[in-house]
Amino acid sequence: MKILVCLKQILDPEIPARDFRIDRENKVADPGAANQVTNIFCENALETALQFRDAAGGEISVVSFGPESAEDSLRKALAVKADQAYLVTHDAGARFDSAAVAQVLAATVRKVGEFDLIMVGREAGDWGAGQTGGLLAEELGMPCVSFVDQIEAGEGGTLRLRRQTEVGSDDVEANTPLVVTITNNDQNVPRIPKTRDIMMSSRKPLTTMSLADVGLDAAAIQSGTEVLDLFVPEKDTTCEFAEGESLDEKVTWFAEQLAEIIRAI
Amino acid sequence: MSDVLSCVLPGVGFDRSTQGLLGAGQRLARELGGKHIVAVLGAADTGEIAKCCDSVLSAGHAALAEYQPETCLQALKALGEQSGAGVVLLGNDTYSQELTPRLAHRLGGCSIPDAQELSVQDGKVQVSRSVYGGKAMAHVAPNKTPAVVWVRARAMEPAEAGSAADVQQVDLELADSAAVRIVERHVEAQEGVRLEYAEVIVSGGRGLGGPEPFELLKQLAGPMKAQVAASRAACDSGWVPPNWQVGQTGKKVAPELYLAVAISGASQHLMGIADAKVIAAINTDADAPIYKHCRYGLVEDYKNAVEPLREKLAALLS
Repeated sequence: MKILVCLKQILDPEIPARDFRIDRENKVADPGAANQVTNIFCENALETALQFRDAAGGEISVVSFGPESAEDSLRKALAVKADQAYLVTHDAGARFDSAAVAQVLAATVRKVGEFDLIMVGREAGDWGAGQTGGLLAEELGMPCVSFVDQIEAGEGGTLRLRRQTEVGSDDVEANTPLVVTITNNDQNVPRIPKTRDIMMSSRKPLTTMSLADVGLDAAAIQSGTEVLDLFVPEKDTTCEFAEGESLDEKVTWFAEQLAEIIRAI
Repeated sequence: MSDVLSCVLPGVGFDRSTQGLLGAGQRLARELGGKHIVAVLGAADTGEIAKCCDSVLSAGHAALAEYQPETCLQALKALGEQSGAGVVLLGNDTYSQELTPRLAHRLGGCSIPDAQELSVQDGKVQVSRSVYGGKAMAHVAPNKTPAVVWVRARAMEPAEAGSAADVQQVDLELADSAAVRIVERHVEAQEGVRLEYAEVIVSGGRGLGGPEPFELLKQLAGPMKAQVAASRAACDSGWVPPNWQVGQTGKKVAPELYLAVAISGASQHLMGIADAKVIAAINTDADAPIYKHCRYGLVEDYKNAVEPLREKLAALLS
């Protein structure tokens, strides 16, 4: 089975709110002192791929469309023993929506080879859009199953998937080729690379390409959407804290506030 | 192009999500000056739905009796084209979410997720949505038509019921969904009301330290007529079942009142309670991030506060 895992490098989503700034004019987050990290759901996808390969065999490629810093994410993937990596670069400041990213990833797939299974994270921790997987599948003419948290080899080259729903989960049988979006569970927690493998990762193939190398003209890539404004909203909730000289007084006040809300339901 | 198509998937019916979805569709269609059309998949009872729109397209093909992604996608594409709508709306259940980008692509349009508010600017729909883990707000506009948008349906005001619209039965040719098949659906056992529909929730976090304090929360929930939930930390530690989890990858809830006990308020938890009307918290740390999102706060150790709170609420609400 030839597997491709798509990774996105994003600004660390764990920045506390008090340190978070928006560059409103350019409609992007201000990186400040924060790190770039691999999106956690992309790491869950890679871990799912590695476990699949451990059980059923296969070859794992990883790809990222991003600025040059995205190479870090790919090196980390090679350190946990992905077989090869592809980086399609763009300028650090350029913004691409999910539709544009899907076009680039599809062009990259057409360039580098055929895959039986293409895996993306369910959404990224920055824009949280979750559109890229479904759009990529359509670009490639493949079906897509979302919110998958388990993949096993089925009979005759098919796959057995479990996907999460609001009320529980579905068991899904699917033919390949297939795109899946991956969500987290307690099984696909990303593995930590061994020091030796981190060192060896610099010897594994990492191919860097431009948009032109995958047959695309930057000007011709179509965004589906436009961001009109991006801002940190004014908080209109000010918390009223229970005050009083005794615990009893504070709890009584607090209870009265809650009771008023509940009575009105 | 000013018409709006709202999409109701098989087996869904007229639940709170559908009511919110139709409300959003109705209001948006009015603002765009177009018609509100509803596509209903699976041979469903359209009585209540028909009162919330200008027309119903009902597709009762046998292959649509249950959700299967490939057949539902084909059906919505056909109905989307038939309706000529400029905006297609879906709800926030996982099936609607997964169909949204694929449907947008097939209709030659664009997709926008997680709409909290829909407005109209210069004759085009504009979506307001929360990004960067809830730390920022974005206004997003479509560049292509139709715009296919999934909305936070449960948090939207229901539609106003009016006179019943015509229901058109649509016969569709659907190819067999051989490529992907849902073969079994598992529904978790759930005590009480589903968290997504609960009006009052009491939730416990890492600060409770273990499973036993959740018994205190269950007792507190009694007089409040509340459901009990938990943060990811409490669930990952195995103190409570995983389906109690509220957060980015747990349940998204929209209660009238959410009481967070010993929960610090990490971004990923806040994403699950963004649609709560009132948030209140009990935490020993006055600087806990949760308080920035609260209407009422009690800075106390839960061990000292929860039982007296239960007593007082029992008296006030009896």
